[in-house]
Amino acid sequence: MILSRDAVYTVSEDVVAREIEGEIIIVPLMAGIGDLEDELYTLNETGKAIWNKLDGRRSLNDVIAELAAEYQAPSGEIERDVLGLVQELVQRRILLAV
Amino acid sequence: MRDADSPYVAKVNVARHRVFQKRTPVLGSLDLELTERCNNNCIHCFINLLEDDAARQRELVTTDTQRILEEAAALGALTVRFTGGEPLLRENFIELYLFARRLGLKVLLFTNARLITPELADLFARIPPLEKIEVTVYGMKPQSYEAVSRVPGSYEEFRRGVGLLLERKIPFVVKGALLPPNSEEIDSFEIWAATLPAMESPPAFSMFFDLRGRRDSASKNRLIESVRMTPDEGVAILRRHGHSYLKETREFCRKFTGPPGDQLFFCGAGHNACVDAYGMLQPCLLMRHPDMVYDLTRGSLKIALTSFFPRLREEVRATNSDYLARCALCFLAGLCEQCPAKSWAEHGTLDTPVEYLCRVAHAQARDLGLLREGELSWEITDWKERIKQI
Ligand code: SF4
Ligand code: SF4
Repeated sequence: MILSRDAVYTVSEDVVAREIEGEIIIVPLMAGIGDLEDELYTLNETGKAIWNKLDGRRSLNDVIAELAAEYQAPSGEIERDVLGLVQELVQRRILLAV
Repeated sequence: MRDADSPYVAKVNVARHRVFQKRTPVLGSLDLELTERCNNNCIHCFINLLEDDAARQRELVTTDTQRILEEAAALGALTVRFTGGEPLLRENFIELYLFARRLGLKVLLFTNARLITPELADLFARIPPLEKIEVTVYGMKPQSYEAVSRVPGSYEEFRRGVGLLLERKIPFVVKGALLPPNSEEIDSFEIWAATLPAMESPPAFSMFFDLRGRRDSASKNRLIESVRMTPDEGVAILRRHGHSYLKETREFCRKFTGPPGDQLFFCGAGHNACVDAYGMLQPCLLMRHPDMVYDLTRGSLKIALTSFFPRLREEVRATNSDYLARCALCFLAGLCEQCPAKSWAEHGTLDTPVEYLCRVAHAQARDLGLLREGELSWEITDWKERIKQI
């Protein structure tokens, strides 16, 4: 799956994303997302920083640029992380292209 | 895609996740008793009212229940247990279920399964509860089941409900209530339970039945007392899966901290939230003493959990001399089911030893080698040694 950097992504209505004690917890709503009951998803620190920018308005390009500025990291590295996470969440039906 | 391969996303078992292990959220889970009414009328039931009881008029309206669910989610709760009575009797059940799931809460449903319809089973298949449904079973045949439920046709409906869950592949587990009419069916129940896809271990049984939590019926209490098994019969049942029972109980006993003294709430009461059908927050599912509950229609979960319950835990002390001479000095307090809620149900006070529970705990302790024949738990001084030796 090739992601377009101009695309905007938002959280799918098939999940509920919650923030509990600073952790992002993604709770499946519709069947087929969590294979087993009692298993939810959480994001690591990198995932969380990216997730917080995925607000259904910013394009992936915007997200990459903002994170590169905030973390003063090479944009190639940031781009790899953003595209990696978004690709994974799209495959899991957690994110959708707007 | 395997989760181990992902550098960003982890699938977590929430019970083991660090946020919940440290219990940092104000609230871990919420219990909601949606109604005290039930379509069964079980001989041992400590709570049920008839299906059309007038109490229905006093049950929380949808918006009030939704407000409680919202606050629970905001306080960090991840699971809500819908229980009763029979929670599926609530006409707004589906609305509340969807509301809870859309808040990102997992739903643990306790039911007798009689009201599971094809539509409801389809809903659970489409929007899964994320917790295994727990179905209590009262017998393996119409005669035994209905001798407990006292409702003709209830067995057939229970089987149909369970059949729908199986057909739709909705994970559920079964539990038994061991009573004289079904006591010969333990083996067939366990054999059947082992065929159910979501059963990972033998079914649990309830058997040391509580009296009516609202102290509303002396005749029903007499009936409950008459169907309780003897302590030795109960121990024999616990022993059926001897190895795992002994292992678990020994580990449990090693954590004993000794006699509780006069502090009555030394259990987990008040750490989680249990809301009755009318909006009163109880420190546990059983405790219905009017001074121990908090009116959620006039206050908030947060205040109850951070102020009202901690004060109760600290301030409610035993004064009954019998309790102070026995339970307060008893090293079996962690094993025994004696607690303020059961004392209230049996005696109308918070601190009266419940003889039946005392006999059950003594029988268990003898079986584990913690007590010898004729010994009384509160007289034992070398209890630390005994625990080390089991
Ligand atoms: S099904 Fe459960 S709530 Fe209903 S009467 Fe039986 S024990 Fe009580
Ligand atoms: S075993 Fe008896 S004395 Fe000990 S806590 Fe239970 S009721 Fe009280």
